[in-house]
Amino acid sequence: MGSRASSLLREEDIDEIKKETGFSHSQITRLYSRFHSLDKGENGALSREDFQRIPELAINPLGDRIINAFFPEGEDQVNFRGFMRTLAHFRPVEDNEKNKDMISGEPLNSRTNKLHFAFQLYDLDRDDKISRDELLQVLRMMVGVNISDEQLGSIADRTIQEADTNGDMCISFSEFTKVLEKVDVEQKMSIRFLH
Amino acid sequence: MPSSVYLCLSRAVFLVCFVNPLIMQGLSEDVNEIQDHHHHQQKENLTGLPIVTFRWHHVQTPYLVIIWVFVAGLAKLSVVELSHHVTSVFPESGLLIMLGFVLGGIVWGADMAQTFKLIPPTFFYYLLPQIILDASYFMPNKLFFSNLGAILIYAIFGTCWNAATVGLSLWGCYEAGVMGDLDIGLLQFLLFGSLIAAVDPVAVIAVFEEVHVNEVLFILVFGESLLNDGVTVVLYNVFDAFVSLGGPRIDAAEIFKGIFSFVVVAFGGSFLGIVFAILLSLLTRCTKHIQIIEAGFIFVVGYLSYLTAEMLSLSAILSITFCGICCQKYVNANMDEKSVTTVRHAMKLLANGSETMIFLFLGITAIDTEIWVWNTGFILLTLLFVFIYRIIGTFLFTWMLNKFRLVPIEVIDQVVMSYGGLRGAVAYGLAAMLDEDKIPEKNLMISTTLIVVYFTVILQGITMKPLVQWLKVKRAAHSDLKLIEKLNNRAFDHILAAVEDICGRIGDNWWTRGWNRFEENYISWLLMKSKARKNRDYLFNIFHKLNLEDAINYVSEGERQGSLAFSRSDEAANVDFKKQFGSEFADVMPNIMVDVSNYELGIEHFSVTSIVKDTIPSVSLDIHGQDRKNAMDDINAHHLLQQHLYRSRKNHRHKYSRSHFSINQNEDEVQEIFQRTMRSRLESFKSAKMGVNPAKKITKHHKKELMHKMSNGHTDSTGHLYEDEVDRAVGREAGAINSTFMRDMYTMGAGIENPVFLPDMDSPAHSPPWLMETEAVAPSQRAQRRLPWTPNRLRRLAPMRISTCSTDSFLMADVSLTLEEHDEQPQTDSEEMRPVFD
Repeated sequence: MGSRASSLLREEDIDEIKKETGFSHSQITRLYSRFHSLDKGENGALSREDFQRIPELAINPLGDRIINAFFPEGEDQVNFRGFMRTLAHFRPVEDNEKNKDMISGEPLNSRTNKLHFAFQLYDLDRDDKISRDELLQVLRMMVGVNISDEQLGSIADRTIQEADTNGDMCISFSEFTKVLEKVDVEQKMSIRFLH
Repeated sequence: MPSSVYLCLSRAVFLVCFVNPLIMQGLSEDVNEIQDHHHHQQKENLTGLPIVTFRWHHVQTPYLVIIWVFVAGLAKLSVVELSHHVTSVFPESGLLIMLGFVLGGIVWGADMAQTFKLIPPTFFYYLLPQIILDASYFMPNKLFFSNLGAILIYAIFGTCWNAATVGLSLWGCYEAGVMGDLDIGLLQFLLFGSLIAAVDPVAVIAVFEEVHVNEVLFILVFGESLLNDGVTVVLYNVFDAFVSLGGPRIDAAEIFKGIFSFVVVAFGGSFLGIVFAILLSLLTRCTKHIQIIEAGFIFVVGYLSYLTAEMLSLSAILSITFCGICCQKYVNANMDEKSVTTVRHAMKLLANGSETMIFLFLGITAIDTEIWVWNTGFILLTLLFVFIYRIIGTFLFTWMLNKFRLVPIEVIDQVVMSYGGLRGAVAYGLAAMLDEDKIPEKNLMISTTLIVVYFTVILQGITMKPLVQWLKVKRAAHSDLKLIEKLNNRAFDHILAAVEDICGRIGDNWWTRGWNRFEENYISWLLMKSKARKNRDYLFNIFHKLNLEDAINYVSEGERQGSLAFSRSDEAANVDFKKQFGSEFADVMPNIMVDVSNYELGIEHFSVTSIVKDTIPSVSLDIHGQDRKNAMDDINAHHLLQQHLYRSRKNHRHKYSRSHFSINQNEDEVQEIFQRTMRSRLESFKSAKMGVNPAKKITKHHKKELMHKMSNGHTDSTGHLYEDEVDRAVGREAGAINSTFMRDMYTMGAGIENPVFLPDMDSPAHSPPWLMETEAVAPSQRAQRRLPWTPNRLRRLAPMRISTCSTDSFLMADVSLTLEEHDEQPQTDSEEMRPVFD
């Protein structure tokens, strides 16, 4: 099945994806076969249902948010290019790439982009701010039901207060970056893709 | 009564022997003495009918055995009951060994010789099997098999590496003249190296369980130590054969035969274990009418697999290991629930008991002048090499493994792993089994082994916990300073887990999936009762859970409204909150304090948020007060978050426990998340179907609604309940079954009756809303695509076991919908039942 799937992928596509995302050739073909096996509709694009069929995502508290992150605004389908673009955020930063950053602009797996991916999971209305409401929703998804709304509310307030520097009771992306500057995002937001 | 009998009795009561007369060679003298007396007595008594006679020698062996068991039990009790200061520093195993020193001292003081020793046959035939069986029977299977590659590498190559390097280095040092004059050749050194290479599962688990390590590390060390016992014994036998063959007669062919026999013995043993596991599973299929004794079969067949392997000179340890690992799933499903409980408790009892005995006797054995031969060079060098090569080996093999592993093993884990190379009773047992004719320095080897065991179990055991803590503290110190960091770190974990799942870290593995399907279709069919297959149904469990949860909700609802308020413990955190704020704010906001007192009966309603909101933005005159309050607030919030954030897969604790089976909290968490996800998907699905909301806003909308629902005990969602059934009804009537899904349905095996689904589906009370809405709203495209999930097909689905480890996405998708259905039933019930509590 893997070989059949990869044959559907044209070489020039692979090259383009390689350039855009930094994945290796074998990683791309491997992920393509995964993409293909997820694509139950066999139309070359994944729908939300395709993602929702992955059993582990159902038990991931942020599962649905992450699924949403794969879809460009207002669209219901994601093709292989888009799929790879999202996954590229999680490619580890390699040593030899650190120099390359300077020349070819920001790669998808840079620290800022990794952070931005996380930021977008909170920012539902995409106004580049995490409001108290948005934060509360994520908190509610991530904590058990034993914790009451009041407690959660105070946690949310506290969290915003920690990050909020300009006093608008929202966390902007720059504030988000600033408050997380000590966190080793490069390592925490990277997975090893099989070669 | 003769005084020697008294003496003997009191000694027996005091000292107690463990199994069989072999242990008590030294006692035979006493025995003869007693028998003499006895004959004497009988002669005297011949003149009249004896009313009672004292017949010590009749019961001697079992009596001594059982008294030793009793003493071991008391020893364990006293060790466990020791003050926390002691137990928090010393590992239990180390304490038992030290207690063994004391007991051994008493025996030695009474006899001037060590009458009770741990001898190899006792150890290998009566003490070890149940420990191994227990460890393998409770092995977290999925974890074990997903790390099997690494475990095998460590267990096979790691052990060979340790044996070879330790043996060769010692030989090198010996040749260099460090050890003085010893009668040991290269082969003997290698033999010694192989026996000292056994990392002991008993010692390792005992220590690792007290130090809480992450589950991958745990399974690596645990699996390695379990399998490497088998490997060590095999290696030992191979070298033992070489030693008996003698150096000059070993040529290439013999070495090749040695390697070949190593492979055959190891894999033959494993295979035999699997065969016995199949037999056992088949057997438990038909024990329905003898439930009282079915639990016994596991022990009997497990032991049989051990002995059979021993008889065929295959690896007995590997045999019983694989027997336990392979049978657990089917046996647990086939047997009655009570029998499963019995097995679990009996297994723990036996394993814990013999573990206690082993450690105790390891201590007792030491108090014996006979075995101690001191050779500073040999002993110290062995300690050094054992320690060093373990570290080198671990790092070497981990370095190689990390090239292939998706999640590399971290350096800290490697340190803990190499430090966790505790040697235990297996090494001692093998050393005691050495043949004195072939190995003149046997006693030196025994004493060295004992020292290595004491050194690793006691010293490394004691330092393990501080080491792990120290490493952890170092790692955690620079992060988690702020709430948002804490939250995001957890979020990152979840995100990574999700992306890994999307990339198919496990799921894309075609052979895993193929195996799962094969397993579901054929093996389960063969080894499991059909009833068991049904009961094992994941859906059923979730349904049960949901019902339970709702029941709890009713009760808590009732509590809140009645006078039973806050009898439940999870409100303790709120009480804390109240106290904190109460004391901090008493002077600032007297009016709120009034509120607090008003809320005595319903602390949950007490709004912390309002206070925080009011005070923080406002300028406070008392700066110190503000700081202090912030600190308090901080501590509370951190504490709460820490306690309640869902853990990501990585942070889940291991599931094997040496002495008890903890109810896994993670399971509950997983269920909770799963239910939520399903609810939210249902919501979004419904909104999409109704075509009211544009796709993007749905998420936001339903999430909010969901939150609301959560806090209100799911009361207000009943209104939408029937909507989803509409589709199913339509689907059933139309019979429009999408071929894509049909294909998968047919691979799933025979249908079963699951009454659970029926009443809800066919209840006439539900029909009005269906009819109304089907006509009013034309299902959207998405809804139509889901039509095939009709109740009929759900029933066919039911026998499938769908768990989180299932990699078949189809199944899961189907489950998700079925689950939603289950989801509804309790809620309907809740409406009907509410008046009771009102």
